[in-house]
Formats: sequence, structure tokens, C-alpha cells
Amino acid sequence: MSAAGRGREGEWALSFHAIIFWALAAMTIVPAIGIVVSKNIVHMAFWLLGTLLGVAGLYLHMEADFLGMTQVFVYIGGINVLLLFGIMLTNREPLYVRAAVKRPAIASAVLLGVVVAVGLIQSFGATEWHTVKDAVAPGLADASAKAVVNGDGTAATLGTYLLSDYILPFEIVSILLLVVLVGAAYIARRDPEGGSA
Amino acid sequence: MGTEAYLIVASLLFLIGASGFLLRRNLLVMFMSIELMLNGAALLFVTFARHWNRMDGQIFVFFIIALAAAEAAVGLSILIAIFRLKHRVNADELSELKG
Repeated sequence: MSAAGRGREGEWALSFHAIIFWALAAMTIVPAIGIVVSKNIVHMAFWLLGTLLGVAGLYLHMEADFLGMTQVFVYIGGINVLLLFGIMLTNREPLYVRAAVKRPAIASAVLLGVVVAVGLIQSFGATEWHTVKDAVAPGLADASAKAVVNGDGTAATLGTYLLSDYILPFEIVSILLLVVLVGAAYIARRDPEGGSA
Repeated sequence: MGTEAYLIVASLLFLIGASGFLLRRNLLVMFMSIELMLNGAALLFVTFARHWNRMDGQIFVFFIIALAAAEAAVGLSILIAIFRLKHRVNADELSELKG
């Protein structure tokens, strides 16, 4: 940031940006911890809702407007509600779930956390993604940035991509969703011949 | 905010999900932890999509969200089928396949 020209207004905008970011980050991370430590499974489902909202906010903050709304619709409107149905259908009266009682589980979780954290920090530091940017950017940067600046949003660009470069994965995912929904309905149905399954 | 801050948030989300998956024994809670990990990975994709000013990362997040929805549908129906058979959904009590 060229400091002299912008002056205090630019700094203020920057810090406002930062405050929003940290608020969204806290909104994402704190409920996530709540999921791991909570004992009431219904509370967990609502903690998950907080995390999903936080991630949607982070998407919006990164100018991925369409993705943020998709996150809200699919994750919160679909998956979280499905989870609540799962909770209602599979739990008897006490809605409390126990944590891992066995020591190996705790030890392995701590070990995994430490190893992955060290690996991630190491790889963030060691890879050269922040210098690669300049080499890649000019030719390959596409219309998305311009669209965001113009206020058009990212939906048009995403749609063009999905129906041109990514048409094959797009169709495969469509078929996958169809197969999955038929399969889910088949697995979860009651056996009409009166068995317990 | 710089890319690093988003990387930290995404990694934290993934780590919390991974440790939750190992710590909790209820299948539904493990399922929620998987969703946390998926969200962490998706956040990374969007972060780098912004970092490189390209849309490919956001497209991948669409596919991740679609796969998460598929996983939710199949996972929860399997869960309900298991509950109907066994009347419990704790992973460490479902040890019929253990020799």
C-alpha cells in the first residue's frame, strides 16, 4: 500500500477489513471447537451451523459471492437439516454422547494434530506459492476479478466455466447425485416384508 | 487480509475436524467432523483461487460441496439402517467385522 497517498482513510479501511476477517474467523473456529468438546449432540448440530455460516462469510469476504450463497443453501439448508433429521431418528431420550474414553484415541488425535500442524506450517513456509504468483498471473488471470470490480459477481464466470472447461466433471457429478439419491432412498427404506431391516 | 491468515483458519478447521473424527465415537459426530475437514479444504481452494485470481479453485469447491451432499445422503441413510439393526450408532460398539 502506498502510504502517503492513501493516508488515514486507507488504513482505516484496511483495519475494518481485518476486523471483519477476524470476526468471521472466530465465528468459524470457535463453533468448530464446540463440536469437538460438546456433549449434547443437538448442540453440536447447531455449532456446526455456526461454523458453516462462518465459512460462508469467509467466502463472501473473499469475493466468492455465489459460492458463499451456495454454501448457505446446500450446507445449512441441506446437510445440516439432514444431520438434524439423523439425530432425531437415531437417538433415544438422552441426547448426550460420550467422548472417546480410550486413551489410544486421545493420544492418536493429539499426535495427528501435532504432526499435521507441523507439516502444514512447514509446507506453507517452504513452498514458493507467494513468489509463483507473479510468474503465473498476467496471462492466466481471467474475468472474475473484473466482474467483481464491476459488481457483476462471479456467477456468470462460474457458469461459463462449468459448461465449457468443466463440463465433464459437471455431468459426472450430476449422475453421481442421481445415483446417490436413489441409493440413499433404497438403503434407508423399511423392508416391506416386515423384517427389521 | 493476506492469504496466510486464510491458510491458518483453513488449517485450524481441518485439524479440529481431524481430531474430532479421532476423538468422538458417535457416527453422527464423526460425520460432522468430516464436514469440518471438507470445509477446511474448500476454504483453502477459495483462498488460492483468490490468491491467483483464477476461478478454477471456486469450481472445485462446487464439486466438493456436491460430493459432501452426496456423502451426507448416503452416510445418513446407512446410519439409519445401522440404527434399525443394532439400535446404537457408536463406532466402537459396531465391531461385528472384527475377527
